[in-house]
Amino acid sequence: MELYKLTAHTLREKLNKKEVSPQDILSDLKGRIKEVDPKVRAYVRLEGAEEAQAPKGIPISIKDNICTEGLNTECCSKILEGFQPPYDATVIKKLKEAGLTILGTKTNMDEFAFGSSTENSYFGTTHNPWSLERVPGGSSGGSAAAVAADEAIWALGSDTGGSIRQPAAFCGVVGMKPTYGRVSRYGLIAFASSLDQIGPITKDVEDCALLMNMIAGFDPKDSTSADIKVPDYTKSLANNIKGTKIGIPKEYFVKGMSGEIKGLVEEAVEKLKSLGAGVKEVSLPHTQYAVPVYYIIATAEASSNLARFDGVQYGFRAKAGDLIDMYKKTREQGFGQEAKRRVLLGTFALSHGYYDAYYLNALKVRTLIKQDFEKVFNECDCIITPTAPTPAFKIGEKADDPLQMYLSDIYTISVNLAGIPGVSLPCGFTKQNLPAGLQILGKAFDEETLIKVAHAYEQSTPWHKMKPRL
Amino acid sequence: MAINQDTVKHVAHLARIDLEQKELEKISQQLHAILDYIDTLRKLDVKDVPPTSHILPIKNVLRQDLPQESLPVDEALKNAPNKERNFFVVPKVIE
Repeated sequence: MELYKLTAHTLREKLNKKEVSPQDILSDLKGRIKEVDPKVRAYVRLEGAEEAQAPKGIPISIKDNICTEGLNTECCSKILEGFQPPYDATVIKKLKEAGLTILGTKTNMDEFAFGSSTENSYFGTTHNPWSLERVPGGSSGGSAAAVAADEAIWALGSDTGGSIRQPAAFCGVVGMKPTYGRVSRYGLIAFASSLDQIGPITKDVEDCALLMNMIAGFDPKDSTSADIKVPDYTKSLANNIKGTKIGIPKEYFVKGMSGEIKGLVEEAVEKLKSLGAGVKEVSLPHTQYAVPVYYIIATAEASSNLARFDGVQYGFRAKAGDLIDMYKKTREQGFGQEAKRRVLLGTFALSHGYYDAYYLNALKVRTLIKQDFEKVFNECDCIITPTAPTPAFKIGEKADDPLQMYLSDIYTISVNLAGIPGVSLPCGFTKQNLPAGLQILGKAFDEETLIKVAHAYEQSTPWHKMKPRL
Repeated sequence: MAINQDTVKHVAHLARIDLEQKELEKISQQLHAILDYIDTLRKLDVKDVPPTSHILPIKNVLRQDLPQESLPVDEALKNAPNKERNFFVVPKVIE
């Protein structure tokens, strides 16, 4: 029936009218996965990963770092091989309550969400459905590629420095990082606790709004979740952006970015103008410091969070003589290269003699980055930027140069440091037929404006209807 | 600021990660390049800027100390690489 091609909101109508059953959708989707996943490799395990419950609604695909009771959740790391959480993350509990079916196999990612390409996954690299020799972005590359290849109806990812938005841009789908505190992190295996957020990856903006309705809200189990009323996000699908004030930060259109991406984003801005939005140039003067600040703060927090992977309570344990030796060998053999690099960098930044010079200094510059956004939002409703400086790059192109890989998140990282929400949606294709992403940033807890502007743009352009040939 | 192999070795001990000599050399070089880039932060004067460790104005979130649902022991031990009765088993710590 090719139900896998449809959006969740279309399937929901069909389910309501009893034109299809949840079983129809699931079998159809699984057929599609079987057909195209050997090429795309968006999922971690295809064999032996059955759904934990009988299908009762629309299926959803989940990133491998979000705990699902009784289903393997391994962060695509050897050190968590075989781990089956004894409980559900709050978002999973909410999705089950909303009547969704949690797909039994999880989506691929960079190990512990450390990366921008999925090349750091213990289970191998995911391929971009638009061009199989290219990366899907990362770290939620499996979720984004699955949605783009119609191997998922919709999906959850997590975003610490761009890990939802950058792969959404590379794969031509919609990805939202909500405001820090908007969605509970309980059951999300922590990377950097002051930056991490779970968010939707979908085929269109309406599905993004629907999924936000399901996952947002205060959770007593996450002490950093915000006790702020959650609106009905579908009410923002209004198609009217007359008078909306959009800021374009001049620091985001500089050397190093692809001319084609620049052109496509500028065309998108013109389109928004024609829909009635007001556009002005703004300045975020500390933009150039975002990547260095991030790689201190994120790695410092990661080094602390990853201390729990020591071979005692779960996952892989190496054979060794004494306890310290067991820790060291377990972590040597269990972590991949990027995980080791980040844990070491973070440990260094927090260690005696370097704490003030690196960690404390980075926290101070974080304040400046946050203040940049506050100033701009005094005069604008939202900010528009490219999501990534280039389209999807080739597999292997940046694998041996961590610094170049880090720079591919240059437009997404400040958002996590400031805690504000951001969404990426497709804004056209390059000459090589690779998707380009438009990023919209908003004030804290104002995801509504993002959905409103994104929806108005999407509905006046054809990009969300384009499908890769597989 | 330069980072040398001795510092990386020390940090690896703090982080409880064994590194083979080849890996140590490679990672030391990479961390050197990354820290070199991070040093661009020194251009800024942040003497009077307060640090931001957390983005929300939330402090000391407390709850009532009441008994609540918890994981049964066998569930909590389910993923352990080595266990006995109600315990995780680890290599001998005391001589």
